[in-house]
Amino acid sequence: MPGNVAVSSLNPLLSVRDVCLSFNGVQALNQVSFDTFAGEILAIIGPNGAGKSSLLNVINGLYRPQSGSIFFDGLDRPFMPVQEAAAHGIARTFQNLALFKGMTVLENVLTGRILKTKVGLFANALGLGRARREEAAQRAKVEGILELVGIRSIRDSVVAKLPYGLQKRVELARALAAEPKLLLLDEPMAGMNQDEKREMSQFIVDANEELGTTIVLIEHDIGVVMGLSDRIVVLDYGRKIADDEPAAISVDPAVIAAYIGARHTAQA
Amino acid sequence: MQFFFEVLVGGLLAGLMYSLVALGFVLIYKASGVFNFAQGAMVLFAALAFVTIVEHGVPFWAALLGTLLIMLVLAVAIERIALRPLVNRPPMTLFMATLGLSFVIEGLAQTLFGAQVHGLELGIEDVPITFAGVSASKLDLFAAGTAGALVLVLALLFNRTRLGLALRAVADDPLAALAIGVDLRRVWAVVWAVSGVVGLVAGLLWGARLGVQFSLSLIVLKALPVLIIGGLDSIAGTIVGGLLIGATEKLAEVYIGPAFGGGIENWFPYLLALGFLLIKPSGLFGEVRVERA
Repeated sequence: MPGNVAVSSLNPLLSVRDVCLSFNGVQALNQVSFDTFAGEILAIIGPNGAGKSSLLNVINGLYRPQSGSIFFDGLDRPFMPVQEAAAHGIARTFQNLALFKGMTVLENVLTGRILKTKVGLFANALGLGRARREEAAQRAKVEGILELVGIRSIRDSVVAKLPYGLQKRVELARALAAEPKLLLLDEPMAGMNQDEKREMSQFIVDANEELGTTIVLIEHDIGVVMGLSDRIVVLDYGRKIADDEPAAISVDPAVIAAYIGARHTAQA
Repeated sequence: MQFFFEVLVGGLLAGLMYSLVALGFVLIYKASGVFNFAQGAMVLFAALAFVTIVEHGVPFWAALLGTLLIMLVLAVAIERIALRPLVNRPPMTLFMATLGLSFVIEGLAQTLFGAQVHGLELGIEDVPITFAGVSASKLDLFAAGTAGALVLVLALLFNRTRLGLALRAVADDPLAALAIGVDLRRVWAVVWAVSGVVGLVAGLLWGARLGVQFSLSLIVLKALPVLIIGGLDSIAGTIVGGLLIGATEKLAEVYIGPAFGGGIENWFPYLLALGFLLIKPSGLFGEVRVERA
């Protein structure tokens, strides 16, 4: 069933194998496997409750699956401890935003670089030369990312005061600041209008092309997904029902059935 | 005029001692949003532990080191056993937990160290030294200097380092902090350990001033107005709040106290705090919560 794309002969950056996850008997993910290759943008789509967010939570360690394994860049784990995921270069954004609302945009993005700070605590506190140089390098890096997602002008604004669309960008910037190998985006365009979606798509493509970040994203807008992604994984009721290039997905009978056709049971 | 300055200096020095107690609260509040009512019990516990060890004939420095270790273990244990399982609960639940903890710690202290009143000697005499015509107690000067230095070191550590940024991140949104790779357990352990150390220093200084007795745990009540004025989450605020409280309570006692028949120093700080709550509820330096309507 899974389609074979040309790049799949390479070793995957991320490989999710036979993952099962359930909450008190509700099966959120059922034997889900898929691969992501370095440099691609992979979209996960599916109806509400299909298990998309759960899948991201498993990948970055917020959920611990009952069975299966996760392979990421040389690590092979039955579950991914969340600290280890972050330390090895998995960053993410959340569907409902998880920003530090009381901090400024700049501070939020700087937190993304906490794991990248090498200088010791005391050198840091005393502002020693080495610490100063590192601080300057960190700032330069962050400036570049603010530029990339177009939020330089609001760097000193407190996040809680910003409109939703801009908060989404700040969260993207914070994730990118960690220089992740793999970036997980949970509905980066939810609640946006067409213009905002177009802009956000552009930032995602820029991050992918300029920074070389591999991206796995969840999105509802099929139009956006088709234009943006190299490959699409379709989930329905916790199972993978398709995994292919956008053109093939759009004519896949199982996908069409899940989205518009065959009614599921238990619907009044 | 000289009398005025003498009262003022005495007040400011006492104020720094209040700052020290308030500091313990601010640290924990900054990192986990918990108002740790047990801080006073920790101060008492530290003082009692130190005095008991010294009374068993252990030299000063060894006793200090021993008490330090005890406080580190106690603080980290509180975080692990009592507060970690309550992560993400409403602030009131956490507050009630620390309120209960304060009784447990006091009971533990009584069981381990007994209930007698002890004297505590730091080797610094409580004698006045005079400078430019203004005299102040040597012990008060030492205590204030120690408190000031501690606050300064911690302010540097928490405002200028990535640990400080991580700390604010954890306090703001634990889930988000987790996702960007902040080790929550480590941050909380560090903060509680530091608050244990602050408790130790406060216990020794206040113990030397008032004697080591159970009422020592009530100094938390003195820290409250300091926190309200300085802001619950500002290290610098504890200094300013402490100085303000110390100075105004002593001056008020001396200058307007007689009109009330004296004894106003005990309630004047709360009156001041009440005024601040009405005018500037987040304190002078506290973070103002921004909410989009």
